[in-house]
Amino acid sequence: MIKAIGKPLEEIVEMIGDSKKVLIAGCGGCVTVCEAGGDKEVKVLASSLRLYYANAGEEKELNEATVTRQCDVEYLNELSEIVDKCDVVVSLACGAGAQYMAERYNDKPVFPGVDTCFIGVNLERGVYSERCQACGKCILASTGGICPVARCSKRMLNGPCGGSEGGKCEVDKDIDCGWHLIYERLKTLGQLDRFEIPVDPKDWSTSRDGGPRKIVREDIKI
Amino acid sequence: MRLQYPTSVQIVKVPCTGRVDIIHMLKAFEEGADGVFVAGCMEGDCHYLAGNIRARQRVKRVKEILDKVGIGSGRVEMFNLSAGMGGRWAEIAREMTERITQLGPSPIRIAREKGQSSAGEKAA
Repeated sequence: MIKAIGKPLEEIVEMIGDSKKVLIAGCGGCVTVCEAGGDKEVKVLASSLRLYYANAGEEKELNEATVTRQCDVEYLNELSEIVDKCDVVVSLACGAGAQYMAERYNDKPVFPGVDTCFIGVNLERGVYSERCQACGKCILASTGGICPVARCSKRMLNGPCGGSEGGKCEVDKDIDCGWHLIYERLKTLGQLDRFEIPVDPKDWSTSRDGGPRKIVREDIKI
Repeated sequence: MRLQYPTSVQIVKVPCTGRVDIIHMLKAFEEGADGVFVAGCMEGDCHYLAGNIRARQRVKRVKEILDKVGIGSGRVEMFNLSAGMGGRWAEIAREMTERITQLGPSPIRIAREKGQSSAGEKAA
């Protein structure tokens, strides 16, 4: 799922500025799972802001609402009444949800309350790790189920590079070398011969090189 | 034991300090509390294994928030003591009350009271 982390309070305060009526809008999707922008985080942020403004002697109205997902317009529609009453919206959804909120309520300033980081997994509660860069052309089948695009710091397709040492990456000793992981996994699978075939340059047009992407599924469209 | 501790300390009972969340502590300050302390079991003695350890981490987070909002991290604290340590409980209650008395009333309570009195003046 998408992983995000809450923005520092001072940054949110600066974005809100002089606006009096604020909606803190949470999302019940990915950001709830990574505990960055769900109902609970909406309550904590709103409470923190209330304390901040009370201490600063500023009068603000902090409203709270969380919808099932901010990346679906039917859920965003549920907020129409409360958004109308507010001057600004602080969206705790991922970058996609926050943008869709701004698109749906285009006359209302919408600020991001979280920094969207990556597509990843939960190593444990509160520890998330990147696994996918949504390149649009999955090559996991040939790399032992470990993605060199997401797990190799250099996104090399024919690794490892000379910076791999003891299974760690030269960029940071806390980062596992993606290609070392691939080697170990392919060894387990008995597919080390995979290293004898150089991989051709990747077609990045399905990634960001082809501009903003869109999927159209005629078979499921209503 | 008939131990005495300050009457200003209001007790909120929870089955385990692991139940105490960040929002509960923040709400206490929003409601005008001058300070909050969480009294958990001794570390390593949690009946739910890690409830008191989690509470400590949450108190740490609340401290960070209180510093950022200008209330100050000193107004919240975590203590560990067992159910058999009545004397220590009274000592902690006195210690925390003394600390909060020195810090003075919470700026939130002052702001709230000022707001209420000005609203009262307007109503009059």
